[in-house]
Amino acid sequence: MSTLFTALPAAAGALTDAGQTSTAEAVLFWTLGPLMVLAALGLLLARKAVHAALAVIFIMISLAFMYVAQGAEFLGVVQVVVYTGAVMMLFLFVLMLVGVDRSDSLVETIRGQRWVGVLAGLGLGVVLAGVVGRATYGPPVGLVDANAPSNPEAVAYLIFGRHVLAMEVVGALLVTAALGALVLTHRGRLTAKVGQRERAERRLRDGGHPVSLPAPGVYARHNAMDVPALLPDGSPLDSSVPRVLRVRGQEADAREYAARIDRVLAGGWAVGAGTFTSDDEYRGGPGGAVAGGVVMRDPAAGPDAPVDGTDAPTHDEEDGR
Amino acid sequence: MSLTHYLVLAAILFAIGATTVLLRRNAIIVFMGVELMLNSTNLLLVTFSRIHGNLSGQVLAFFVMVVAAAEVVVGLAIIVTIFRTRRSASVDDVNLLKS
Repeated sequence: MSTLFTALPAAAGALTDAGQTSTAEAVLFWTLGPLMVLAALGLLLARKAVHAALAVIFIMISLAFMYVAQGAEFLGVVQVVVYTGAVMMLFLFVLMLVGVDRSDSLVETIRGQRWVGVLAGLGLGVVLAGVVGRATYGPPVGLVDANAPSNPEAVAYLIFGRHVLAMEVVGALLVTAALGALVLTHRGRLTAKVGQRERAERRLRDGGHPVSLPAPGVYARHNAMDVPALLPDGSPLDSSVPRVLRVRGQEADAREYAARIDRVLAGGWAVGAGTFTSDDEYRGGPGGAVAGGVVMRDPAAGPDAPVDGTDAPTHDEEDGR
Repeated sequence: MSLTHYLVLAAILFAIGATTVLLRRNAIIVFMGVELMLNSTNLLLVTFSRIHGNLSGQVLAFFVMVVAAAEVVVGLAIIVTIFRTRRSASVDDVNLLKS
């Protein structure tokens, strides 16, 4: 730490004999100063709070530059860490919490408040600038002697020496502030906590499905969630197909699968050394594979609707989708 | 360039911050105006510390920063609480005590 600060040019904060700053510092001031005033006006005039926050962040970083240029290196680093790093990030978090799009209302609740405010601000600025600008301070001393070992060391001697009590009190203040923020943002629970048990009891009370829904009848040859599972009597169970597929009308017809199962059960699997590679082998298989008839009943087609191998091409089209 | 320029800049920033507090309705922007005033005061303190060749000004600015951090935490917590109950971050809407 000490080497970092002694590595800085020793002229940081040094003054000429006439009490003037170095040219480099003047250039820094005249570059950053007008931009800071513009950014401050941006805070005053920006419609959106996020833009105002960005303007303030710019001002704070520029202030850190000025602190370092004035020989207050420790304060410059603390300014970046505390203000831009913590305080303004907190502001941005709260902005996101409150709503970024929320902008000011333009309705004046007090009539003429705007002009009175502008006038008061201008007056304050003129008075302050006039007072601090026209007062005489005596010859500026500069910090070269006061920063003798290095600026952080000299500041540390003061903080932990003469002002150690204030340091302790400030620590207590920080703890109190953290506790206060916790208490203020704590939200008590208005209703009872709903856990797993309560949810299960409510489901049973409302007469809903007590357990999870049945899985669809996924057949091994067809990677499909759209085939309904079969009930013991062979009728398809519509609730086993995911609701989205049902709403879209992408539910597959269970009859063709049933027909194919019947073909397999009737001995069709024996063809080709027990392997089926395509639907053609079904069709070329021993007769009677189709004759097994329909186990499935299609409610739309009626109880006697014939189901045979002609369903297979339709199914192949479905495979392709 | 004399050191008085820094003081004038701090005065201008302070005045703009005060005007922000007077004019803006959004509580968060008002709060940022307060922060701007605190920062300009810090610049003033640092400059005076340099004028007098005495580090007490910097120590005071350091304490101002710490207290400002604590103040921001509590203030933003209050703003969040008000926003939760009134669904608004405008200082005009906090008028429950108005007769």
